Amino acid sequence: MKLAVCIYEGPYNHEASDSAYHFIKAVIDKGHEIRGIFFYHDGVYNVTKLMEPPQDDRHIANRWSELGATGIDIVVCIAAAKRRGIVDDVLVDNVRISGLGQLTMMAIEADRMVTFGD
Amino acid sequence: MKMLHTINKSPFQNSALESCMRFVASGDIILLLEDGVYAAMSGSSKSSVIEEAVKGGTEVFALSADLKARALTSLIDGVQITDYAGFVDLVEKHKIHSWL
Amino acid sequence: MSEDIKKIMFTVRKAPHGTIYVYEGLEVKLIMAAYDADISVVFMDDGVLALKQGQNTDELGIKGFEKTYGVFVDYEIENVFVDRQSMEDRGMTADDLLVIGEDEETEAPIKPKVVDSKEIAAMMAEQHNIMAF
Repeated sequence: MKLAVCIYEGPYNHEASDSAYHFIKAVIDKGHEIRGIFFYHDGVYNVTKLMEPPQDDRHIANRWSELGATGIDIVVCIAAAKRRGIVDDVLVDNVRISGLGQLTMMAIEADRMVTFGD
Repeated sequence: MKMLHTINKSPFQNSALESCMRFVASGDIILLLEDGVYAAMSGSSKSSVIEEAVKGGTEVFALSADLKARALTSLIDGVQITDYAGFVDLVEKHKIHSWL
Repeated sequence: MSEDIKKIMFTVRKAPHGTIYVYEGLEVKLIMAAYDADISVVFMDDGVLALKQGQNTDELGIKGFEKTYGVFVDYEIENVFVDRQSMEDRGMTADDLLVIGEDEETEAPIKPKVVDSKEIAAMMAEQHNIMAF
């Protein structure tokens, strides 16, 4: 099964990002393919390197970056990002900014699109 | 294909679960996650929604990580507990709609 | 391999303006309409409130989207549905709904189609993917 995952909420503020992460880890463990991960709405805040959570807390942006390093396509919506001051310079490694066309292709090509949000 | 309906809202604050029930077709299933798991508690003023779903033959699942985090141990009879791996299996077998 | 056209449904369940979800969700629909996909949009729960005609966001200083909904048909977004129960629960009738385009020949206004939850459930089951937007 080929899956795409959409995340609509910012990190820490809402559980969506954590739920999505745990879900994706389980998808990978089961040997399914991740077609892509798409950040929309306030979800674009998930992958800025400006975040600096306390040492004993999870580092959400780094967690996504590590997933990206395994070859998973992680896309931040350009329109949603620009609106919120998120640009290439502030992104962690292994994620990219692109348009809603990417989300469209994920919705078409993935067997399932799973959305996490508020 | 049968549907997996996911609910992530507390039934005490939000009507997502109740409106979802109008769209649950025969053979569809429900997964409660995040604050949605509060709907799986037994003995609450909102328990009847899931109780009726279970009685009507709809399979209802609740995500274990969210139950544990919220100290929810006393669940409505018939609610099945699953983990993220089980969530993936449910997604594989159904089309999904998230009632965000 | 033959490329079959995928059915993608959008569900709009949030009220307009209080949050950005409906507005940004509209941007997704307009982009996706340009691709080879069989798109439908279903307004349910508070989402039906986004279809109330006569919205004026001038005093809020935000763009609003009634005009954009007005050209849905021009974007070939023609399968637009409203859940009857959600509409009635909120004291709305079909007369309250905004226009999503006009008939090419008769120029008659086209409005979203009011349907029952059972019909929506049946449509859901036929989709390739459903996106909550």
